[in-house]
Amino acid sequence: MVYEFDWSSIPGALPILWDGMAVSLEITLIAIVVGIVWGTLLAMMRLSSIKPLSLFAAGYVNLFRAVPLVMVLLWFFLIVPRFIADLFGLPPNTDLRLASAMIGFALFESAYYSEIIRAGIQSVPKGQMAACQALGMTYGQAMRLVILPQAFRNMVPLLLTQAIILFQDTSLVYVSALADFFGSAYKVGDRDGRLVELLLFAGLVYFVLCFAASMLVKHLQKKYQPA
Amino acid sequence: MNYQWNWSIFLQPTAVGDTTYLGWMFAGLQMTLMLSLCAWVLALLLGAVVGVLRTVPNKVLSGLATAYVELFRNIPLLVQLFIWYFVMPELVPQSLGDAYKQSHPVLQQFLAAMVCLALFTSARVAEQVRSGINSLPKGQKNAGLALGFTLPQVYRHVLLPMAFRLIMPPLTSEFLNIFKNSAVCSTIGLLELAAQGRQLVDYTAQPYESFIAVTIAYVAINVVVMTLMKKLEDKVRVPGYMGGK
Repeated sequence: MVYEFDWSSIPGALPILWDGMAVSLEITLIAIVVGIVWGTLLAMMRLSSIKPLSLFAAGYVNLFRAVPLVMVLLWFFLIVPRFIADLFGLPPNTDLRLASAMIGFALFESAYYSEIIRAGIQSVPKGQMAACQALGMTYGQAMRLVILPQAFRNMVPLLLTQAIILFQDTSLVYVSALADFFGSAYKVGDRDGRLVELLLFAGLVYFVLCFAASMLVKHLQKKYQPA
Repeated sequence: MNYQWNWSIFLQPTAVGDTTYLGWMFAGLQMTLMLSLCAWVLALLLGAVVGVLRTVPNKVLSGLATAYVELFRNIPLLVQLFIWYFVMPELVPQSLGDAYKQSHPVLQQFLAAMVCLALFTSARVAEQVRSGINSLPKGQKNAGLALGFTLPQVYRHVLLPMAFRLIMPPLTSEFLNIFKNSAVCSTIGLLELAAQGRQLVDYTAQPYESFIAVTIAYVAINVVVMTLMKKLEDKVRVPGYMGGK
């Protein structure tokens, strides 16, 4: 006997799945914004000549890169909310877990962004910083007006590729019971006894989105490749 | 804060009574290591084959290899794992599916996890192998052919030995990734390190200790693998190339 597919539970579930996709995209967007801002700060700290700052940034990045994302999400889902509730004596029914899981996700991805951005900053020739300082710019001005704009232009393909990976990573918030796209698909499949169809459908949706996005990145890369 | 630290919890016998909580942690560590190493061996073999196929002149073969890589790279690991664990047993011929479902639950979880991690990682290894082969000067392949080697011989004796030495650093990071990715397998109930940590929280009500222990274990795996791979990288480095002597 061959497995008999029954796709009938998908059309009715589309609104739930769409809501789930909205959650996935929201987490992705937040994590990208936080990741780039906090990642840039981390990269600048890491390259700074002030020892404590560069040690802190190196420790942060290495720690987050050594630990699996699942562990980080569990930390921020199970442990951190308890810690914060204890610390501030919050009433036990305050639910910080979802917000905490999202913050954990963003902090984790920042470590990866910071490594990309650090490489980007280092790809700008050293003479440029020296030239800025010779012109009387402060460190902040040089970074903001000269170094970072060029660094980011060099990094665009890598940042976008990392965004696709990050979008795939969001499926792991499953461990924190956030109803993202994958979590919703799993729940619907479990409810209707049609796990096979829903999981295949989820896989297909992720594939189409990520494949299209990676093609777009390749296209942009060809178009804007620095001569 | 009024948390009662109790590190001696690890030496106490578990609620089930078979071993200590530390024993659980070691069982988890062992599972993580075994799973990751088995999957890594498979991933290297498969990745080498697919990576080579991506660079061969035959359009059909290289097209198939490209499709393989894109398929495994564009679906999240968790989704792939659930498909291997929940979907595949239904789609394969029934006798095979039944045999799978009647086997020991831990074996089922382990097999699904291993196949999933191996194929997921093999696509990434294949990309590294391809870029390694492509980074070699064209003359190497042509010289091999001019000496009368067949194309498979050129790959076997000239291109692959060089390519693998060049791609050691990115392979190291893929090797590190497979240990971290194995934590995803706790979602299908496989009792590896992360799952044991979670179980400890449920049984002991000492969440900080168990999570700190698991985190340290992952960092330790990372440090050990990095140290060993650094030694290997130094050994096989190609003189005259980037990072060479």
